[in-house]
Amino acid sequence: MTQLPASTAKKLGLVIDLDTCVGCHACVISCKGWNTENYGAPLSDQNAYGADPSGTFLNRVHSYEVQPEVGTAQLIHFPKSCLHCEDAPCVTVCPTGASYKRVEDGIVLVNEADCIGCSLCAWACPYGARELDAKAGVMKKCTLCVDRIYNENLPEEDRVPACVRTCPSGARHFGDLGDVDSDVSQLVAARGGFDLMPEQGTKPVNKYLPPRPKDVMPEYDVLAPFLEPVATDGKGFAHWLDKALSALPGGAK
Amino acid sequence: MHPASSVIIFTTFSGLGFGLLFWLGIGAITPTGLMALIWFAIAYLAAVGGLLASTFHLGRPERAIKAFSQWQTSWLSREGICAVATLLIMAAYGAGLVFFDTVLAPLGWLGAAGALATVFTTAMIYAQLKTVPRWRHWSTPALFLALSVGGGALLGGQVTEALVLLGLAAALQVYTWVTGDTRLARSGTDMASATGLGHIGTVRAFEPPHTGTNYLMREFIHVVGRKHAQRLRIIAVALAFVLPIIFLLVPFSHIWGALALVSHIAGVLVLRWLFFAQAEHVVGLYYGKR
Repeated sequence: MTQLPASTAKKLGLVIDLDTCVGCHACVISCKGWNTENYGAPLSDQNAYGADPSGTFLNRVHSYEVQPEVGTAQLIHFPKSCLHCEDAPCVTVCPTGASYKRVEDGIVLVNEADCIGCSLCAWACPYGARELDAKAGVMKKCTLCVDRIYNENLPEEDRVPACVRTCPSGARHFGDLGDVDSDVSQLVAARGGFDLMPEQGTKPVNKYLPPRPKDVMPEYDVLAPFLEPVATDGKGFAHWLDKALSALPGGAK
Repeated sequence: MHPASSVIIFTTFSGLGFGLLFWLGIGAITPTGLMALIWFAIAYLAAVGGLLASTFHLGRPERAIKAFSQWQTSWLSREGICAVATLLIMAAYGAGLVFFDTVLAPLGWLGAAGALATVFTTAMIYAQLKTVPRWRHWSTPALFLALSVGGGALLGGQVTEALVLLGLAAALQVYTWVTGDTRLARSGTDMASATGLGHIGTVRAFEPPHTGTNYLMREFIHVVGRKHAQRLRIIAVALAFVLPIIFLLVPFSHIWGALALVSHIAGVLVLRWLFFAQAEHVVGLYYGKR
């Protein structure tokens, strides 16, 4: 059914810490590994060892350079997968009912046996969370590792999404964001977690934690203020050369 | 957006076919016998041919029948239902004309309404998408309808109506360009809101997730054709509107009528190519592109 549930019992999702993510792409690899070997059509690659490799991924890590008005630029690694939105536009556009949002935990899933590969759900998603698999011809997306989190054949510590389990820097957290007392909800409240593209009105369940402000290194060298690093009023030949070159057409002033 | 030829052919020809079915349905043309068969064959060839072309856009076309189930929320599902219902109603209406020389007027009116509904639902597939600000506007269905009914009038030899509707479509087209060009910038979605990092400073895409391309970039980030967009717009307006109007204004002959139609179809194909190629999907912002 492509009608969204009015509310879900739980809101399972991820909290991604942009402060601690080191951009190692381990979550990308573990996601691809688990979701190729387990539920649904494998995540295929095309021309994997050729000149123009391409493949299906449910989780991708972007890197952004952010330049503040003063100070040096910051590099921020930015993992992005399905945000399991409360108002998921990908679900309502589906013509076949293959896309649905679960009432019990809010996970957005695709029933691959019903998917006709029309791509409209991927068009409706502002986050690029859905990818049409070129081999299987059906839409693939993050399942929040629904075949791990309830899997009693796995040790308890493994009953989290593969990306969360593998993250070496502890930048990914999994839990019920509908429960204000859960660890993830408290983390979001403490760190000022935010939504991606809130103006799109999708009400994403996944939250992102902003990078912490950079601290400023205090000056510890007592002599440093007395050492002028660059002479601004040169003398002699160098001064004459500087002025002569500056006077030439197109010369630096 | 990637201008897929299957979808360009689909929207152009099924728009034209349903446009002609509209004029046949309201009784603007009431041929009988063999002439009726030819008229309906032309309309069905365009409408059904377009619909078949659209299935080439599917990853699993053999399951297309499932697409009729979710009419409560999905414009694509509604479009499929409208199209099939209209084709069935107009087949019954056409059978009346071809075999019994009978005009079943109420059935024709119902079919004409269905033809308009089909074109409207097609346009709403695009106009509903918040992710493509250029399309999310009332002018998208208005333009689709004007082009379909105008093209149908041209194909059906309704000269006066075609002149008025092509003029209207041209005005709507220019309006969508003038307002659509800035709609992404006015939508409030930019790299700052996409990443949530705007409070720190200016965000620049430093490294994409992979060195190669991917489905998202192929489907949503099409920049190749934009270089010639302004020239293509002028060519499209000349072919789709200006030349057909001139050909219709000269003393009527079938040669001029045929030329007007061919020119119009070529122009609408270019317009539809631009419709997709110039549409910016917000996911491009994650890649620092649009």
